Amino acid sequence: MKILVSVKRVVDFNVKVRVKADGTGVETANVKMSMNPFDEIAVEEAMRLKEAGVAKEIVVVSCGPQACQETLRTALAIGADRAILVETDTELQPLAVAKLLRKIVEKEQPGVVILGKQAIDDDANQTGQMLAALLNWPQATFASKLKLSSDKAEVTREVDGGLETLSIRLPAVVTTDLRLNEPRYVTLPNIMKAKKKTLETLKPEALGVDVAPRLTTVKVVEPAKRKAGIKVPDAKALIEKLRNEAKVL
Amino acid sequence: MAVLVVAEHDNKSIRKATLNAVTAAHKLGADLHVLVAGDQARPAAEAAAQIAGVTKVLLADAPHLGAFLAENVAALVAGLSKSYSHILAPATSNGKNVMPRVAALLDVQQISDICAVESADTFVRPIYAGNALATVKSADPVKVITVRTTAFDAAPASGGSAPVEPVSPPADAGLSAFVSREFSKSERPELTAAKVIVSGGRGMASGENFTKVLEPLADKLGAAMGASRAAVDAGFVPNDWQVGQTGKIVAPDLYIAVGISGAIQHLAGMKDSRVIVAINKDEEAPIFQVADYGIVGDLFQIVPAVVEELKK
Repeated sequence: MKILVSVKRVVDFNVKVRVKADGTGVETANVKMSMNPFDEIAVEEAMRLKEAGVAKEIVVVSCGPQACQETLRTALAIGADRAILVETDTELQPLAVAKLLRKIVEKEQPGVVILGKQAIDDDANQTGQMLAALLNWPQATFASKLKLSSDKAEVTREVDGGLETLSIRLPAVVTTDLRLNEPRYVTLPNIMKAKKKTLETLKPEALGVDVAPRLTTVKVVEPAKRKAGIKVPDAKALIEKLRNEAKVL
Repeated sequence: MAVLVVAEHDNKSIRKATLNAVTAAHKLGADLHVLVAGDQARPAAEAAAQIAGVTKVLLADAPHLGAFLAENVAALVAGLSKSYSHILAPATSNGKNVMPRVAALLDVQQISDICAVESADTFVRPIYAGNALATVKSADPVKVITVRTTAFDAAPASGGSAPVEPVSPPADAGLSAFVSREFSKSERPELTAAKVIVSGGRGMASGENFTKVLEPLADKLGAAMGASRAAVDAGFVPNDWQVGQTGKIVAPDLYIAVGISGAIQHLAGMKDSRVIVAINKDEEAPIFQVADYGIVGDLFQIVPAVVEELKK
């Protein structure tokens, strides 16, 4: 079985982002970028399926500017076999990405597509579900356990209140939760090897997909800051404050 | 045109998250319908009819809607979309699962997790783990939206008397099947609806300490218990306790963070709480930058002392 994994280049999760002074967005110039953490988990899961002999080939895809090549090289260094970049400088929203991925899926015919459940920049949590809808495939979102057989997958999902297990027909779309696995570190020899792997570049126009954004960002602002609080010396003082000042007890 | 809210329910009653979504929907139109999709869900539909301001309840009742599978529910909602200008659902795990599928079927770009309504086509939503707020305007004919429940008050659960109208859903898509469900049992208030939350982090050092140290405090306050991702990943507590960007978003009156450093991802889930208390031995921990009241010290001494003080 072939597995397709979609990865996104985002501002590193450790970076404290700054809103641009003109309110058009968040400062991304000269900021450390990395692979979206949920997508690392997706690549790792694909690797484990390959190591278990369930998957034969792992193809990674990223959509966005040329710099996404780095993210794809990282995925190749983790162990993916080849990469596809759908290159565009247009701002891509989840529906556009889902449409691009659908074209890639139609070309590559994978048995399973694995995506992160959300990107930590737009926090949308949509692309996997949208891709599944466009393909009319079943979806298993927020997966914390994935068992694949030849024509079915059993997926445990994280839902409000606990866990839920679904059985879905293949081909299918799966999105990863943080607890699905612990991604491995990339080693230097593998980084060197990754440089020799194939990275194909396509354009949205060549795939016949209109990627124009549907949502216009009117402005981006910083959220209201909380006022700096006070430190109290002990439990007695704390309870006194909560009772008489904050009046929450 | 009317506005549709996809209800979160357990077939017998309506979950509170639905009431928050109804409040958001009210800002968009007067004719407000609620869809209850489920299996033997008439009691839930009748409860929905009581919600103040709801003008009609649509009940789609079929065995294949019982598990709220995305494939079946999305097909149903998309089929109803012609009569609506907006389709909303609370941003719960069900809402997040189903609504983007609906949006793609309708070829529209969903707007996730809105925290304010500016006008019928303009909404505010948090991005970058809540470190920025984006105002977005949608040009799509139908607005498909999920609602951050903690950002809207709950609509009154009674006072309404809407008619319940049955609708017939499309046939089972047959793409997926429900196997099993495992819920964490708890006598405590539900995390996202609790007025007080006591939350533990890596500093708790073990799952046992959650029971021994934190539980007496939560009991005393009638609080829900939460956790940071570090505590969940360390296996101290189940993952549905997790508060944060990738867990639950909460905004209680009082949030007590015990042994939690306050990483960006955790703050994203709780910084809209009314009063935040931090108990941490590290004076430099980022949690103190958002806490209204902080105590620097050993949680294993301070928490029991707080419990003692509360008894007075």
